[in-house]
Amino acid sequence: MLCDICGKKEATVHLTEIINGKVTELHLCEECAREKGAQMEQHFGIADLLAGLADLSSGLEIKEDVGLKCENCGMTYEDFKRVGKFGCSECYLAFKKNVPSLLKRIHGSARYVGEGPQTEEYELVRDELQELRKQLQQAIEREEYERAAEIRDKIKELERNKNRESKDGKEE
Amino acid sequence: MEKKNKIDQLLNQLGAWLQGTGQDSDIVVSSRVRFARNLKGLPFYHWADESKKKEVYEIVKEALFDIPELKNGIWVDISELPDLDKYFLLERHLVSRELVEKGPYKACVIGDQEIISIMINEEDHIRLQVLESGLSLLSALDIARRIDAQLARRLNYAFSYEWGYLTACPTNTGTGLRASVMLHLPLLVFTKQIANVVNTIAKLSFTTRGFYGEGTEASGNFFQISNQVTLGRSEEEIVENLLKVIDQVISYERQAREKVYTQDRFTLDDQIYRSYGMLKYARIMNSKEAIELLSNLRLGKELGIIDTDVRNINELLLLIQPAHLQKIEGKKLTMKERDIKRAELIRKRLGQEV
Repeated sequence: MLCDICGKKEATVHLTEIINGKVTELHLCEECAREKGAQMEQHFGIADLLAGLADLSSGLEIKEDVGLKCENCGMTYEDFKRVGKFGCSECYLAFKKNVPSLLKRIHGSARYVGEGPQTEEYELVRDELQELRKQLQQAIEREEYERAAEIRDKIKELERNKNRESKDGKEE
Repeated sequence: MEKKNKIDQLLNQLGAWLQGTGQDSDIVVSSRVRFARNLKGLPFYHWADESKKKEVYEIVKEALFDIPELKNGIWVDISELPDLDKYFLLERHLVSRELVEKGPYKACVIGDQEIISIMINEEDHIRLQVLESGLSLLSALDIARRIDAQLARRLNYAFSYEWGYLTACPTNTGTGLRASVMLHLPLLVFTKQIANVVNTIAKLSFTTRGFYGEGTEASGNFFQISNQVTLGRSEEEIVENLLKVIDQVISYERQAREKVYTQDRFTLDDQIYRSYGMLKYARIMNSKEAIELLSNLRLGKELGIIDTDVRNINELLLLIQPAHLQKIEGKKLTMKERDIKRAELIRKRLGQEV
């Protein structure tokens, strides 16, 4: 039998690949198998691991995963677990229940630190958020916990709504 | 921006990152910074149909052509390139493995000194890379930020105040920053300390890779160390933490060099001169052997044993790779032919007439 890829040398390596339930058999010569092998290793790498992490992170909430779907690109949470990659930036919001614990598992944190895109809009929101965080700190120091909770909610709202607003507003 | 026939001209120049200049360049080969960026709302490459891939391509292309710093750059439509040219760019570290995989509407812009490279339709819509010689992460970060700021003004980046830059893979979410440094550590290998160093680095959540990037084994004593965590730390913190680790590794390598050189000089001398001899006279040489021997030659140069130009060695490390050899010859070569041409090229470059 000749190699399926180069068609020249004798096939000595026989592979069965299963992608999305579709079974493909490959008969390769040693040289082509080595090249193919390099590609396969990549397939088995990070995506599988992440898919595992995404699964773990859902834990007890597993029932809530069912039917989670990104309306923008059509990716379901099941797809995400299989592929290990998001479908588009809006998937982060669609799966927002699971995203923080996933990020935490990977990075040890789910909170962005640093600058954002250097645009006017960003700078306005950033300054507002900074001011609110300062107020929050003060409220906590003065032990005004109710007020602190209010500010905390305001911060959350601003962060989340900003995500959504720019999605609806700017994405022509 | 100029078109793709300019690729052949790269063959006659030595990219800035291989000049052998910059801080600690006796041990540090190069420093690299890359940002992963995406357009809000548009599907990532792996999830996009052809029309969306085209849309991303066109939006980003327009923005890139508008940036003054890239005026002298080379525009390359990767998807239309012959395989040989793809591998050629890959070997020069100008594109990633993922970018040269088959698929439509992939492209990149390469800065005229090969410091800047911006990839379109990689795993993320945009991968911005800055590559410099020596230990220069801060300067690379600075350049990357300047270009990124220009792009941010022209593009609607996917960014969240909570999670930072949103990327296809959650391992890049946040800063989207991967900073890496390529080190030449022959004495840590020689004294068998390297495994220890690599393990310790891994515990601090940094990764070690080989000379030829992702998924490659270390060869010729070249190691690439990079950050893994991209979220919860600012860009500066990520780079500074990496620099601390790198400084440590550099000092270990220096100590090992000094120690071995004072205690067991002949073994080292012998290894270096043998390598030099093989490089000067061998008739057939595969890549692996060539890289190992060139690594020894580089060590000889760094220890002041052999008088040669480090740029010459760096250039050889690039030129002995399969796609480069075939570009030089202007035709496809079998493995055996490559091994012969490789030996010939090395002899010539080391000034050997026989």
